[in-house]
Amino acid sequence: MCGLCGVLGGAEHWAEGRAGDGPAQPASLRPRAERLRRVGLANAVLTHFSLTLGDWQGAHYVLSSRTGRSEIVDDLAHLWLAAERMLGHACDPLDPALIDKLEREG
Amino acid sequence: MASPSAIPVNLITGFLGSGKTSLLQRLLRSPALAETAVLVNEFGEIGLDHHLLRRLEGDIVLLQSGCLCCTIRGDLGAAIRDLHDRRERGEIPFFRRVVIETTGLADPVPILATIMTEPVIRHHFRLGPVIATVDAVNGALHLDRQPESVKQAALADRILITKTDLAPPGVVAALRRRLERMNPAAPIRETAPDLPLDAEYLLAADLADPATKSAEVERWLAADTATGEHGHSHDVNRHDAGIYAFCLRFERPLDWSAFGIWLSMLLHSRGADVLRIKGILNVAGSDRPVVVHGAQHLVHPPVHLERWPDEDRASRLVFIVRDLDRAAIERSLAAFNRLANPPSPSR
Repeated sequence: MCGLCGVLGGAEHWAEGRAGDGPAQPASLRPRAERLRRVGLANAVLTHFSLTLGDWQGAHYVLSSRTGRSEIVDDLAHLWLAAERMLGHACDPLDPALIDKLEREG
Repeated sequence: MASPSAIPVNLITGFLGSGKTSLLQRLLRSPALAETAVLVNEFGEIGLDHHLLRRLEGDIVLLQSGCLCCTIRGDLGAAIRDLHDRRERGEIPFFRRVVIETTGLADPVPILATIMTEPVIRHHFRLGPVIATVDAVNGALHLDRQPESVKQAALADRILITKTDLAPPGVVAALRRRLERMNPAAPIRETAPDLPLDAEYLLAADLADPATKSAEVERWLAADTATGEHGHSHDVNRHDAGIYAFCLRFERPLDWSAFGIWLSMLLHSRGADVLRIKGILNVAGSDRPVVVHGAQHLVHPPVHLERWPDEDRASRLVFIVRDLDRAAIERSLAAFNRLANPPSPSR
């Protein structure tokens, strides 16, 4: 548990392992660059829903809405839960408007 | 994540009367089930009297084969934790595997979720192959009328068509084709009382075993051809509760972060309709393939293979879905992947 914020450390989400060879490393040892890159990719999607993700001390993420709501999330599974709470609906990757937007920008 | 020494848990699922209990009775006689704890709903159902060595406690008995048999009273999670506690305290014989027989009407997913996500259980146990029994005589009728039956077959890692001695060969062949279309990644075998049963293949030989994980992935990849020309295939059948399978190929390496964002988002919003996903990925930055597999909202920890099983270096993903559009899934994943690897202007 983090002594400052009281957040319990959970098991690592399956997608947060390393992309390259070798076993996944604990979050504290993982290159920060990869984490920030993941945040950047998530933001390219989240902007469609008017949401923004930021890194929080290399251990968590902060999800924010344009209306000023924000929430700390541990991993990608919690990210989509929190986004659904903020939006009132789930973020659907099969949404044709989202796919069109990503195809235009990609 | 479960440790390498985690105890595998197999699930035997299948509709009422599909031969789960007969399968279990045959397995219980097999030496392959020594040092296994079997969880059933009722002892009476499997007729243990002939195999019983001694009764250890009220709900646990020891069989001649060395197999432990216990009834699930109430909560499955509590039953598994209790078994582990008693094993650690030496109150019951050591076991290396757990086999759970589900009730015929059960949706297997909550049981998979208990094993994969319950904090204590997932630390000590891991999910092994899920076996579904489908009755050669009544299986087609169950698939027509009982959505649970379709889901059980779609979620399985191994399918056993039972009672093939009682059904005409044409009926068995038609059932097999239907099951292959529904779940092309699960090998299908036929069984009847006089046919031998390969317990090792049914219960073990999975991704967690370094000696067998390549073979297991090769079985999945057979689905690439089974679903037709790389998935441009059979019509979405109107039967089987809208459940159908397809295989997607991606020639360009996939970005692991983009894939993780995409799949976690898909499973959060559409997990109830993604019954299974299994595949081998060519991940950018890695020479070795990464194997992913999941069921509904649950994803197993990804596994690296030492080498590619064949010359094909494309990522191949088998999906078993309910009423989801294959083209939308393919376009969506490709679009997410392009975020990480924008095509060069010359292309």
